[in-house]
Order: sequence, then structure tokens, then C-alpha cells
Amino acid sequence: MLNVLKFAGRNLLRYRRRTMLTLLLIVIGMVSVLLFMGVTGSFKAMMIGQFTDSVLGHLEVHRKGYVASIDNLPLNLNMKAGMIGKVEEALKGIDAVEAYSPRVKFGAMFSNFSETTSIRVNGIDPERETATTPLMRGRLTEGRKEGALVGRGEVLIPILLARGMKTKIGDTVVLVATNLDGSVNGKTFVVAGILESITGPGGRDGYIHIDDARALLRFQEPEVSEFAIRLKDFSKLDRVTEQLRRALAGLTNKEGKPVLEVHTWADLSPFANLARMIDVMTLFIKIVLVSIVLVSVMNVMIMAVYERIREIGTISAIGTLPGRILALFLSEGLLLGLIGTVAGTLISLAIIYALNIWKITFAFGQQQDLLLAPALATTDVITIAAMVVMVAVIASLQPAWKASHMDPILALRHV
Amino acid sequence: MSLVRAEHLTKTYRSGEVEVRAIQGADFVIEPSSFVAFVGPSGSGKSTLLNMIGCLDHPSSGTLTVLDTDIATLDRRAAAQFRGKHIGFIFQDFNLIPVLTVYENIEYPLMMVQEWPLEKRRAQVKRLLEAVGMADQADKRPDQLSGGQKQRVAIARALVSDAKLVLADEPTANLDRDTAYRIIELMKRMRDEFGTTFVFSTHDPKIMSEAEVTFTLEDGKIASRADQKEAHHA
Repeated sequence: MLNVLKFAGRNLLRYRRRTMLTLLLIVIGMVSVLLFMGVTGSFKAMMIGQFTDSVLGHLEVHRKGYVASIDNLPLNLNMKAGMIGKVEEALKGIDAVEAYSPRVKFGAMFSNFSETTSIRVNGIDPERETATTPLMRGRLTEGRKEGALVGRGEVLIPILLARGMKTKIGDTVVLVATNLDGSVNGKTFVVAGILESITGPGGRDGYIHIDDARALLRFQEPEVSEFAIRLKDFSKLDRVTEQLRRALAGLTNKEGKPVLEVHTWADLSPFANLARMIDVMTLFIKIVLVSIVLVSVMNVMIMAVYERIREIGTISAIGTLPGRILALFLSEGLLLGLIGTVAGTLISLAIIYALNIWKITFAFGQQQDLLLAPALATTDVITIAAMVVMVAVIASLQPAWKASHMDPILALRHV
Repeated sequence: MSLVRAEHLTKTYRSGEVEVRAIQGADFVIEPSSFVAFVGPSGSGKSTLLNMIGCLDHPSSGTLTVLDTDIATLDRRAAAQFRGKHIGFIFQDFNLIPVLTVYENIEYPLMMVQEWPLEKRRAQVKRLLEAVGMADQADKRPDQLSGGQKQRVAIARALVSDAKLVLADEPTANLDRDTAYRIIELMKRMRDEFGTTFVFSTHDPKIMSEAEVTFTLEDGKIASRADQKEAHHA
């Protein structure tokens, strides 16, 4: 086999310019795909990280129907004490869960005593919320950077609200909410922090202590609107989601239907559609790469066979077996694919390394100065490389087959 | 014992609408270690006959036995194996592989066809390089050689795998007269040294006179057989 590869290498060097042009096409294709995957992958991972680590968590558990009417933040679909205990029991039984945070969500009126506006309020347990959404504190543009995220009697408000209502740290504000029974209750809070906006859900969310939320809503017993969950390993999201669904499937209503729903971040964030679009674009770029490799390698191999017909006749006449001739031409395609892949991968890695050194920033929606940190997963590089090499060999198959089945007499007569 | 035996050998093929009878009922025998020429004008069937002896083509009818093998029974793969093991070829246009050096061209059948081990291969190629007087040109590429040198390399390549039979279709057609004689002399010397049978085709009367046995072909038929060796002895 080594001899075949050596001979194939010599044949590729016979038409240096053509070989170089073909390799150039493969390299450009490889670099384009890997860079696109590196940059968009980094963008996607960062944006997903922003949503999951500062707002949503990786997974959320709700009462059935809650997400469908989430715009209304319905209090009648909160989980009650018994159900909360069972959910917590299920979550504690799953090793892959790193942390979880119960939340009470409701709509309220926000007043600074001269103006009033609406706000979505999240009642949170500060310690558990910090463990579940560790980037939440990073969104604080003003306020304390250490200690509890939010204490009793304190509220964190979004920056758009702070600007619009001319509210600053230390100001006293009033939150007024309607209880489940229809009565209205109000409570004063001190503004303890101003949160940076985030694109998507959560842009108008304020945060108070969960005990304050329960007091404001006059709960007779602890209630929870949702559990946000953080996993130890995000890549195991699908597996853990299924595991959690199975664990909660036992909680049923009178008709025997499950009363709880498990949603991943993708079910809850509109960015998931953008992420899917990026995946589709990546797929199209891969198809373009496959086409480039296929057409360029096939072209060069068809030319190689056509120009070497007499030579094929000669090696066939002196006893080279058809299978060996097939292997010889397939090896030429294989070498083109391998060399193009290695060069393309090295150039891509060098460019990605340079991009990481230059620290390019960009803006996404309300968010400024997001750092572009392109990276390539080893599995992605291996997959693309294997795909290119395989396509190069497949592209050589037809010309190689033709060469191996050539009639030596006709080939020797070829002028 | 004969090396090649043909009985009532015919070969017909179609060229468009026309049926061409290239060989018509040829009978001949070629003995081992002989130096044989098929002569005749263009279109007389010399190349067709050599192609069949070389297992590149099958007869339409009759039998052709090479080294006790009926070549009609060989399929494509078996024919290639048979050629690689027993038959060497010398071509009018030399047909050396341009990307390989002289050494590598001679080594090719041992490496890509026979798969000899490296040391054995090296010794055999060296032996053939010296036998054809090309040892000092081993590292050159074919495009750096003269026509005569190329044909010497082709002879070495044909003999390197210890072929019992070497077929040469018009081996001197592209060479000047002096070089052509030197090539024929070299082929004869190789026959003497290695005991290999050389069968070549030519339409050059002076070259054909160098053969020990000459078969004259006319319109696909063997018109005559002349044995120069016997004539010399007589």
C-alpha cells in the first residue's frame, strides 16, 4: 500500500499547477467551513450561555399549561407545597443536576411615587439562584457585587425601567400585585441593584426575595411558579431532560395525566430559532464544501485518467491487476483529500488562534462588547476532515474504476 | 516442448459495419529460448498475433497455448496475473512511466505486480541495469534519455521479473538504424544470458534477418516460416 501511495504522490506532482489549484480549492473550502463553525459556534455557545446562565437555567419545571400562558404569569398554575416537595425530591435524585432554584413569578405595578409602570417580578432564593444562574450577578451594572444577590425588602430592577422611571440605587419604590383571590396588595422595596438588559425574555424582569414575593402575594403556604435547573454538564441536556420527565411522570392529575412539564432553555427562548438557523447555515456551508471537493477532485482525476490512457495500458499489459490500478487512482484522490484537509485544518486553527489573540468584540441586541472567542471542537474538526477525505475518495471512484477496467489494447493504441 | 503453440488460430473483430478477419487459421510453434520475428506489411496481423500471445486478447477460434496454458481460459484478472508472472513487453514507443526514474521503471513490475521484498528487488534491478548497460543512468528520468537508452530500460523492465517470454511489437521502429541493430543485439544477448524467448514484430527486412526464426504474415495468414539457424547450420 505504501508503494501505491508513493506512486500516487509522484503522479500528483506530475501536474503540479493543477494539483496545487485543486488543493487550494479544498483548503479554501475547509478553512471557510471550519472558520464559520468556529465563529458561529462560539457566538451560539456564548448566547446560549448568556440566556441559560443569567436568566433561564438549563431546564425549567412548570405546572402543565403554565408556559402556554406565561405572558399572563398565572398564579393559579403555581406548584403547591406537596408538589414542590416531590419535584425537589426528584431533582435531588439526579446526579447530573448541579443546582436548582425555585421562583415565584408574577406581574406587578412598579411605582416610584410619581410614576407607575408594569414589571415582571421574580421572587428568588438569592443563594440558590446564584448557584443556578451564575451570570446573573454579572448583569448588575450598579449595586453590590458581593454578598446576597437580593435581600429582604430589596428589589433589582432592569436598566430600561430604571432609566425610564429615573430610579437609582437606594430609592424606595412600591410593588403592587393582585393576589389569586383578586385582592390587591402593595409593599415598599429599596432598589438594591440595576440589571443590564438582555435580548429576549427577561428584559423587563425585576427580582425580589422569594419570601417577599410570598408575602406580597399573601400565600398561605409556600408556592413556586417554576424551578430553574442547572446541570453539571450542559452537553447531557437531552439525556437529563428525559430522565427528569420520567421522574416526574408519576405526578398525575385525576385523569392520570402528568401535571408537570419539563422545558429546556431552547423551548423557552426565541434565540433557539436563531441557533437552529445557524445550524442550517452550517449544513449548507458543509454541502458547498462537499460540492467543491467533489467537483474539483473528480475533474482532476478525470483529466488524470484521460491524459494517462497509454500509461494505464502499459501498466495493465505488464501485469498490474485491475484492483491495483483502482487503488492507485483512489490513492491520488485520497492524497488530495488528506493534504487539503491537513493544510485547511492547520490554517483554520492558526486563524482561530489569531482571532482569540486579537479579542474581537461585537454587539448583539442590547448587549455590547460581547467577546468573540471562536473555538473548534475536536469532534467537529475530525468530522469535517473525515468528510472531505471521504468525498475526495468517492470523487476519484468513477475515474479510477474507468482506469482499472480499460482494455489494455485500446489503451496502448490511444494517441 | 513448445513455449507457444497455435492451432487453427483465428481472430475476427468488427470495425463499424465491417467484419475484419485479422488472423485466419494460423498454425505455429515457438520453442523455448528462441529468437523469433513475425514480419509482414502493416495490417498483416502481426500486432493482433502478439496481443493474443501476450494474453491481451482472446482468439475467436482455434487454440493458443502459452506455457501450457490455453489463454482462452484466462479471465481478465487471471490474464493479468499470467502476464505479470511469465511475459515481458517491449513497446515501439518505449512506454516508460515518466514520473519514475530508470531504476524505478525497472523496479515497477517487481514492486507493483510481483511484490518482491526490497533486498531481492534491489539486487535484481541492479543486475538488469548492468546487463543492459544502464547502471550509470539509474537516477535519470525517461525524458533525460535517448531513444536507444529508453528501449534498453524497456528491455530491462521486460526481463526483470524473470519472464519466460518477451514480446516486442516493432521495438526498433522509432530508432535509427545503428541504434536499432544495437537493440536487437542486446535482445539476443539477453536471450543468451537469461534463456528468455524473444518474439518481435517488424517490417524492416534488415532487422528481420537478425531473427533465428521468421514467420511471414500476409492478410492474417502465415505465408511462410524461415529458420535462419538451420539455414546457417546447413
